[in-house]
Parts: sequence; C-alpha cells; structure tokens
Amino acid sequence: MDFLALPLPALLQGLAVTFFLGLASFVLGSGLGAVVALARISAVLPLRLAAVAYVSVFRGTPLLIQIMLVYFGLPQLGVRIPPIPSAILTFTLYSGAYLSENFRGGILAVDKGQWEAANSMGLTYRRMLGRIIFPQAIRTALPAIGNRFIALMKDTSLASAITVVELTRVAESAGSSSFRYVEAFVAAAAGYWLINTALSLGQAALERRMGRAYA
Amino acid sequence: MTDRNAIDAHGLHKRFGDLQVLKSVDLSVRSGEVVVIMGPSGSGKTTLLRCLNLLERPDAGTVTVRGRTVDCSARGSGRGRARLIRDIRIRTAMVFQQYNLFPHMTVLQNVVEGPLSVRRLPRPYAVEVGERLLERVGLADKRDEYPSRLSGGQKQRVAIARALAMDPEVVLLDEPTSSLDPELRGEVLQVLRDLAARGTTMVIVTHEIAFAREVADRVLFMDSGYILEEQPPRTFFTDPASTRVRSFLRLMTGVESQPELGAAG
Repeated sequence: MDFLALPLPALLQGLAVTFFLGLASFVLGSGLGAVVALARISAVLPLRLAAVAYVSVFRGTPLLIQIMLVYFGLPQLGVRIPPIPSAILTFTLYSGAYLSENFRGGILAVDKGQWEAANSMGLTYRRMLGRIIFPQAIRTALPAIGNRFIALMKDTSLASAITVVELTRVAESAGSSSFRYVEAFVAAAAGYWLINTALSLGQAALERRMGRAYA
Repeated sequence: MTDRNAIDAHGLHKRFGDLQVLKSVDLSVRSGEVVVIMGPSGSGKTTLLRCLNLLERPDAGTVTVRGRTVDCSARGSGRGRARLIRDIRIRTAMVFQQYNLFPHMTVLQNVVEGPLSVRRLPRPYAVEVGERLLERVGLADKRDEYPSRLSGGQKQRVAIARALAMDPEVVLLDEPTSSLDPELRGEVLQVLRDLAARGTTMVIVTHEIAFAREVADRVLFMDSGYILEEQPPRTFFTDPASTRVRSFLRLMTGVESQPELGAAG
C-alpha cells in the first residue's frame, strides 16, 4: 500500500465537490420534499395526484438512469445543462421524493389535538404549519431524514458517470494513472466515511437538542 | 354583567354520517355569563362546543360573535369566508380535555403564541400579559418549563392561561377536568371559580355537579342532539322539569343525593 503515490490535492478537491453536491441537493431536496408533502396532504385532489405521481416516478426508477436522462436526454429536447447542475437537479428530484415521504410521516405523526389547538386559536394555515406542526413533525422524522442525507452523500458518486469530477471520479483517474486502484478507492471510501460520520454526529446532536423539551 | 351577548348560535345542525348529532340547537350566552352544559355521553355537548368555535363546521345554522356572523348553510369557501371563520375562532378560545399544549414550546411560549402570531401584539407586551395570566393560574414559576415536566392539573391551567391570552369573548371548556385525578381537579376548578368571579364568559361542558351548582348562571341539559332543559342551577339540580334530567342526576350523584331529589320531585 502506498497512499503517498496518490494526488492528495485532487482528492481533497474531489471530497469538497462531493460534499457540495450532497449538501446542495439535500437542502434543495428538503425544500422540494416539504412542498410535495404538503401537496400530498392537501385537500386539493390534483395536487395530491401530482405529488403521488412525482414520488412514484422518482422513487421507483434507478438514480443512475435519472442522471443519464437529465444529462444526455434533456439536450435532445433542447435543454442543455452542464454536468454539476445536472447532477444537483437529479439528486434534488430524487431525494425530494424520498424526503417528502419522511416529512409526510412526521406530519401524520403529530397529534390531532395539535391541529385543533392551533386551529381553534385562529392561526393561519401557514403559521400553523410553520409554528406548530413542522417543528414537531421534523423531530419525529429526523432519524429518517438523517438516513436520507447520508445515503444521498454516497449516491453523489453516480455523478461521476456524467463527468463531474467528484471524489469517486478523482479516485478512478488517480487509480488509472498510478495503477494504485486499491489505495485510490480506499482513500475515496475513507472520504465518504468521514463526511458521513460527521453527519451522524450532527444528527445525534440535533436529536438531543430537539428532544430536550420531551425529556 | 352586560346585556350584550358574547356569542349567539342559531339553528345549529350537525350530522356525522347517519348520526344526527345536533338537531337545531340555539344558544346565546351573555357577556359575563357562565353556562354549564351537562348530559350523557353522545348527547352532542362536545360537538355543540366545537361548533361554537367552528372547529366543527355545522351543516346548517349561524354563529355570531361581536356582530360578525357565519352562516354555515352557505357552502361557499374563499378568502372572505376563511377570514370570517378565523375572526370567530380568535374570539372564542377553546380549552380541551386533553390540554393540547404545544410540547415543543415552554409554558410561556405556549401562552404568548396566540398573542404574537394571531393578535400581533408587540413581544414585550405579550410577555407581560402572558406572565400576568400565568400568575393568575398560579404557575408564574413554571414559565420556562416544557409541558412534559408538568402535572395534568398544571397543564390544564396553562391551557386556560393560553385561552385567556387571546382575550376572547367567551372561553369554551370541553370537560376540562375529565382527564385529571381527583386530587388535581380541585386546582383547575379553583382557577375556573376565580375566572367566574372575575366575570369571564364561559361555556363549560362538565360532569362536576358541585362545581356547576356553584359557578353556573345557567345549566343546559343535552340529550340526543337537543337542549332538553335549561335552568338556573338551583332549579336544575333540585327541581328539574324532566324525568330524563332527574334520572341522569340520580346516576351522577349516587345514593346520598337521592332523598333530596326525591323530596324535590
């Protein structure tokens, strides 16, 4: 094993790109997921149907195929998106589908009495969601959301298929140029593991913090 | 007490599937009045209370608070109507059997949420009002606790403070002591007695006979969706007009009160 043969700056840069892809997609996907969860529980039937259809498609098809279709398929329709935005768009759509279900589960777990108390005091729907329902829903959904974030960080390796120079792609090229494949992929794996360990720690801290009121 | 009505409800109908829960119920409550609603379970008393706040949407009938009327038979929706319903909810505060405090907020945050989010009071003033109300229900020292740290009686007193913080025309209380141990009921009832003495308008669904007798200005008896009888408490408890009320009270009060009821009848 000769890790010193690996191009450390390139690996670090790949790590940064991976982290950026995962974080940006998670933030955007959370926003999308929240909106879709609301559509899913809405009283308006077309909104509910649209939400179900969206989740069904993006949860029911392989991420790699989605990435390919966005990057190679959309240009045929005249929409040309560079690799990194393509990757972020796909990861957002994909994780949004999963996260919407996590949010929906959290919302449904909030006691009916909370909606009644909020409604009875005349809170607007928006405020009721923002002040009363979401804070409680997120606490319940947090473990599942954390899982999604970690899974998404690893899924970003698929961006290498559309030429995004993220950690996995860096490892591939470092391996092929130095013939140190094993070292390169072990180093890349360590990079993912580090990011995800940090995320797990953050999640645990957040769960403790949000659980304080319930101790 | 003034002549002004805090709330007027006319011709309230409500059905759940095949079950007609309210059959044309009228109820007006004067400002400062304490109305107690009694009746067997399933008689529609909780539904009536929830209809007054429009938490339950009546199928027909009108609810008027402060000159603003919602006609429930008009099926429309839209912004104007939502606004109107909200106005009525703001003026009719609910206290629930299960408290329904917001578990992620401290006691004080629970109490000031309505004043801040709905009444748009400036924060320092809302906090001042909140602290005063917590003092009134005897929980000033718990202001920074979370609800999970409180006893049932304390939770219900916070819920009462939260309702009062809306500065409502009427406070609607749905069996406020039914989830509580006998020991804890007393502290909640004491708070309610105190509110009654201060002239707070209340409609209370309860099975607490001694309490009702003491604080009610009027007792309504509901049975299968109707208001069967409506009396001042003295008459209601000692000389009710209907045999239905008589048998209900006999069941509620147990053996020792029977002679009195028998003598009155």
